[in-house]
Amino acid sequence: MHLLAIGTRKGLWLATSEDRESWSLSGPHHPMAEVYATAIENRRDRPRLLVGTTSSHFGPTVMTSDDLGATWQEPDHAPVAFPEDAALERVWQLALTPDPEVVYAGTQPSALFRSEDGGRTYSLVEGLWKHPHREHWDAGYGGQAIHTVLPDPADPLRLTVAMSTGGVYRTFDGGASWEPANTGIKANFLPDPYPEFGQCVHKVSWHPAVPHRLFLQNHHGVYRSDDAGATWTSIAGGLPADFGFAMVNHPHEPDVVYNFPLVAADHRFPPGGECAVYRSSDAGESWEALRNGLPDGFWTAVMRDALCTDAAEPAGVYFGSRSGEVYASTDEGDSWRRIAEHLPDVVCVRAAEV
Amino acid sequence: MRVLVLIPGPLRQTAGNQAKVEVDLPEQATLGTLLDHLAARYPLLDRRLRDERDVLRRYVNVYVDGEECRRLSGADTRLTPDSEVRILPSVAGG
Repeated sequence: MHLLAIGTRKGLWLATSEDRESWSLSGPHHPMAEVYATAIENRRDRPRLLVGTTSSHFGPTVMTSDDLGATWQEPDHAPVAFPEDAALERVWQLALTPDPEVVYAGTQPSALFRSEDGGRTYSLVEGLWKHPHREHWDAGYGGQAIHTVLPDPADPLRLTVAMSTGGVYRTFDGGASWEPANTGIKANFLPDPYPEFGQCVHKVSWHPAVPHRLFLQNHHGVYRSDDAGATWTSIAGGLPADFGFAMVNHPHEPDVVYNFPLVAADHRFPPGGECAVYRSSDAGESWEALRNGLPDGFWTAVMRDALCTDAAEPAGVYFGSRSGEVYASTDEGDSWRRIAEHLPDVVCVRAAEV
Repeated sequence: MRVLVLIPGPLRQTAGNQAKVEVDLPEQATLGTLLDHLAARYPLLDRRLRDERDVLRRYVNVYVDGEECRRLSGADTRLTPDSEVRILPSVAGG
């Protein structure tokens, strides 16, 4: 069965399908809680769903379900908790690793947490929390958060994270020490447009088989790194705009990447109101608009985690909008169909076979 | 002394499915003392009410004998024998 988890600003919806053509929708799960992070761990005996929820009344937490959303569990004590001088505001990212027991959580305020019990409880990665740059990391409109966590599947000591604002950081020693990795990424809102750190990176993606090649959507600017983040070069030339939030790799083809351009920071709509996913098949050198089945008059936006792929063959691509619509493609983006509408603002989607 | 705590519907599951909880406290206890006692008995309830710094969440109101605690002395609000403490979600969300 194919499962698409749809996190919104008012709960989680779960879409299931046997053929990826006809979908059944259940929800809201966790009604009224903001669901900014979700993950589907399908390598366990029973697939586990993970969600980061934030109730405006009762705060944030992480919940898991081992029965595809029929019931949810959380520990009595906070699964993600800061030391004395901070409090968790939101979990922005739940990142799976080759070991199903090891899960990372990226949070607001910017910090990284690590779970060794399949995502039920987490401990702070202190090396990043104690980084001397931390006091200089600033909050963007969405809050100051680590929204991207990329654990290297071939080397558990190597991780890359990205935050808004702050930029990209990487570790080669399992999180004990971290270095900024922003050379070439522009910060057009700072007096020095190319600082060592402080960029407002919106999303970073990679193909797990080629972890030295990174793709990045910036707060203006789209970039690729071929040296694991040491340096970045623009790949925005073939796009209609260099603003946006989402960036995701094809599950099987390392040079194929998807993006959803928006006009600009002060005009957060797709160009001309035409809903279009852009796909590059040559690692960002050129891009093509994928519009077959997508609407005009689309005066909304796709958020940083609201674009994803599945692992099927051919690959499925999915995205959700702030206007509560979800679109799916089962032919790698060549054509699309709407599979949900009238949901609350979609902030994250994740797809997997379960 | 014994203090009565009224639990709102959305939180009763975290407090043994009870609408009312009685807590025995030392004389001169404060609201903070009460919340600490509740936390020991119902940790999940506590983290719905307070963050990990023990700060009351912004949109959770706690009324002590009819007055919201932020208009009193917050966690330092002194409780009296037979005090009634009512927890209510405030107006939030869109």
